[in-house]
Amino acid sequence: MKFLRRFFTRLRNLATRRTDDERLREEIEEHIALQTAENLRAGLSPVEARRQAMLKFGGVEAIKEDYRAERGLLFIENLMRDVRFALRVLRKSPGFTAVAVVTLAMAIGANATVFSVMNALILRPLNVPEAERLYQLFRGKDKAGNQSFPDYLDLRDRNRSFDDLVGYGATEAGLDTGANPSSAWVLLVSGNYFDGLRLQPHLGRLFHPSDEQGANSAPYIVLTHTYWHTHFHDDRGAVGRVVQVNKHPFTIVGVAPEGFHGTLVFFSPDFFVPIVNQEQVEGENDLNERGKRWIFSVMGHLKAGVTPAQAVADLNSIGAVLEKSYPKDDNDMSFTLARPSLYGDRLGAPMKAFLTGLMLLAGLILLAACTNLGNLFAARAADRSREVALRLALGAGRLRILLQLFTEAILIALMGGTVGVLGSAVLLRALSVWQPFTRYPIHLQVNPDANVYGVALLLALASGLLFGAVPVRQVLRTDPYEIVKSGSLGRAGRRITVRDLLLGVQIAICAVLVTSSVVAVRGLVRSLHSNFGFEPRNAILADTDLRMAGYRDDQIPAMQKRMLEAVEAIAGVESVGLVNPAPLYAGSVSGLVFTDKTADLRPANAAAEVFLYKISPEYFHAAGTALLSGRSFNWHDDKDAPRVAVVNTEFARKIFGSVTDAMGGYFKRDDGTRVEVVGIAEEGKYHSLTEDPQPAMFLPFLQSPSSETWMVVRSSRDSQQLAPAIRNTLGDLDSGLPVYIQAWTKEMDHPLFAARMATLSLGVLGVMGAMLSITGVFGMAAYSVSKRLKELGIRMALGAQRKEVLQAALGRAFQLLAFGSAAGLLLGIVTSRVLAFVVYQATPRDPLVLGGVVFAMCLLGLLATWIPARRALSIDPMRLLREE
Amino acid sequence: MKQKTDVLQGTLALMVLKTLDVLGPLHGYGIARRIEQISGDLLAVNQGTLYPVLLKLEQEGAVASDWGASQNNRRARFYRLTREGRKQLQVETQDWEQTAAIIGRFFEAKAEDLS
Repeated sequence: MKFLRRFFTRLRNLATRRTDDERLREEIEEHIALQTAENLRAGLSPVEARRQAMLKFGGVEAIKEDYRAERGLLFIENLMRDVRFALRVLRKSPGFTAVAVVTLAMAIGANATVFSVMNALILRPLNVPEAERLYQLFRGKDKAGNQSFPDYLDLRDRNRSFDDLVGYGATEAGLDTGANPSSAWVLLVSGNYFDGLRLQPHLGRLFHPSDEQGANSAPYIVLTHTYWHTHFHDDRGAVGRVVQVNKHPFTIVGVAPEGFHGTLVFFSPDFFVPIVNQEQVEGENDLNERGKRWIFSVMGHLKAGVTPAQAVADLNSIGAVLEKSYPKDDNDMSFTLARPSLYGDRLGAPMKAFLTGLMLLAGLILLAACTNLGNLFAARAADRSREVALRLALGAGRLRILLQLFTEAILIALMGGTVGVLGSAVLLRALSVWQPFTRYPIHLQVNPDANVYGVALLLALASGLLFGAVPVRQVLRTDPYEIVKSGSLGRAGRRITVRDLLLGVQIAICAVLVTSSVVAVRGLVRSLHSNFGFEPRNAILADTDLRMAGYRDDQIPAMQKRMLEAVEAIAGVESVGLVNPAPLYAGSVSGLVFTDKTADLRPANAAAEVFLYKISPEYFHAAGTALLSGRSFNWHDDKDAPRVAVVNTEFARKIFGSVTDAMGGYFKRDDGTRVEVVGIAEEGKYHSLTEDPQPAMFLPFLQSPSSETWMVVRSSRDSQQLAPAIRNTLGDLDSGLPVYIQAWTKEMDHPLFAARMATLSLGVLGVMGAMLSITGVFGMAAYSVSKRLKELGIRMALGAQRKEVLQAALGRAFQLLAFGSAAGLLLGIVTSRVLAFVVYQATPRDPLVLGGVVFAMCLLGLLATWIPARRALSIDPMRLLREE
Repeated sequence: MKQKTDVLQGTLALMVLKTLDVLGPLHGYGIARRIEQISGDLLAVNQGTLYPVLLKLEQEGAVASDWGASQNNRRARFYRLTREGRKQLQVETQDWEQTAAIIGRFFEAKAEDLS
């Protein structure tokens, strides 16, 4: 208690120091005056009286010192003094301060940004209770997340490891609330979905297992909080309203809790519908189809005390029973568990790898910045060696001087960190509202939280300590006598110092970054001009789903034919084709095919799994896909005609052995139908740009109808003008049909997204690395020139040529640049092999890459050494020698 | 070094408290004189050490101080004992007497008493 009280009084005293000093001075004066008077009365002379009084009082300064120590907190007081002094010093050299703060701000900002994304996507648990025990089921060797509904029911009811298993599928549906019909993203969820995830409604009620009373028994909607907010304007009266989903009446029964948008972190659906109403939403009823694995994800909380390994064993034993009971539909029914937030390893693994890579690079940037600032600080410490020497000579402790230097470093670190975090917060906010694919509800909710700010603060402090520590040895070794005597020592070091090494490493790091970003950019540019097996330029994609407007069965192909004819009649349209789905579109569809000789059509006997496209006769023409031999379809290839297909060359090779054998040959599909190959098309890219050649087959849409409709409209007319014309034409056919129209090149954003993001990130990091290197080399060169000004002046006076002067002044900087760049280039070539996984055709074996990197590094060197070189060349030896 | 000042401060503080208890409010010089008179030469030099002790006591709340006029009509800082100070003095006096008694007995003890 006593101690606390003293502490607080002392704390308060910090503020009132000046008046207290005054008080002591007055008391001392009074004391001595009284003693002097006493002494006078004792008969001493006035001078002697005062002398005796002072002697008796003791050392005034020592007592003042004691008094101060008693009164305040010496440590805080010193710290404040250091901070004030540091601020004054920094204000005196605004250039240095600005460079240091900006350098650090960039580095800390980069780290905060990358960490925030990592935090949001990987580290932060899902926004549901007890997320740490929530696992998603993955099936088989390929770790597929999708399941069929009957399998889901068996897994749910027979397992003894999970509290409950919930499942959902995702789809797009037309929502008509009375105003204009629009398409929305729907999660078809099992009745126990919300109960299983332990969620409570924000408003109204959520679904319960009791809602499920057979197919189409639960026409209810639960809105996400976001959709309720944006489309119903927080209207509490929305609950209870009846709206049309694909022309079926559904009742809105509730609103999900705020912040819950499903269990995939980046996917934000608009509303939830019970899974038993699949037929009304998706147009087909697969509730009893064991072979149709359309349930996107199945997950549940592990029971208390059950380990994931035990749960897997439990699931595997159920899987074995299912395999035995349903050999036709179920095989490879072994299970693994993983987190649902990024769909297990499917997206999680590449995302983690990418973000870890980015984090590593950001870390390197921070290291480079620290190296840089360490250099600058060392240079400054050397410049201030006279000041340090003077303070040492006057009796300052080395510790106090070091503390002073560290205070400066930490101050800069904090300022840089603050600026960096502010910058990254702005960037992250923009990233959070950004929708990379307008077509899909993909949101990256990466707003920074307390974790991010904490990490940024720690990083700032750590880097402050790191670069503040660089000049420590220098200060500890300072010999005040030598320095004050001889002035700053312009020793021309021939030795390679640690500082040189650090800078070399930094240049190398920068070269690595520049190399990989050049490789990425080149790969991206090349992939934009590579052959996809279709031509996205001068083509528009218009897509809709006829189901959304209530079309059924035979109405669908008839309507599709009408749509094709109507759009073809628009002026300027060269050709129109229908394809489902559009290739390189996120949701590629594949099917199993068997050789004609295979009798037992179980999945294990399949010859291949191939991409499957349902097209209209005109599609190849409209898409610009080359037909290598045979014919395309015609309008007679309908459901009454024999089944036919056009396959690509990879298909022909894989199933038939060669292209010539394939023409006119037959294969079987998983339902047993024999299909004749009537044409061979060129290969293309179907799922991703980086894929190897994949087998694909095209089927006439009249023989395999589907309500999903993608129209490829080829025209040399501007897509901006054509799009409204297409919209009007289709609107005339059916005003209740939501259509999405976009240039095909725009649609290519999806497959190119990963590559673009990688390139952008690398580019940003590369630019940062380059800027850091420039400041680093600049600092070093400028320092070297100013240190050796006198020597250079003498050299010039003795007749040195410009070249020799430059060599003397900047030789070391150029050497470092050359060695660093070479090392970085080599390292960059090695690391950019990794890039090939993300960016199509990224290869460092490319003269342009090599040339680009060398050019960039030369430019960087030139920029960094320009000013110091000018200064070295403009030395006037006469004036310089006169000055000293 | 540190130890010595602490002991000195402790005894000094006790003397200050006792002085104020006996004589009522006093300024620094008055306290110093009084202690000098009684203790002989403990404060004959370094009278100034009194001031940090006074400050410490004030921060602990044992004494309070105000400006007042000294006998030659100059501004002086007068210290007086607070209620808490009086309590502290009581406790510390007891402690001190106890310690002194123990030490005294210890010194008086002869070899045969300890065996």
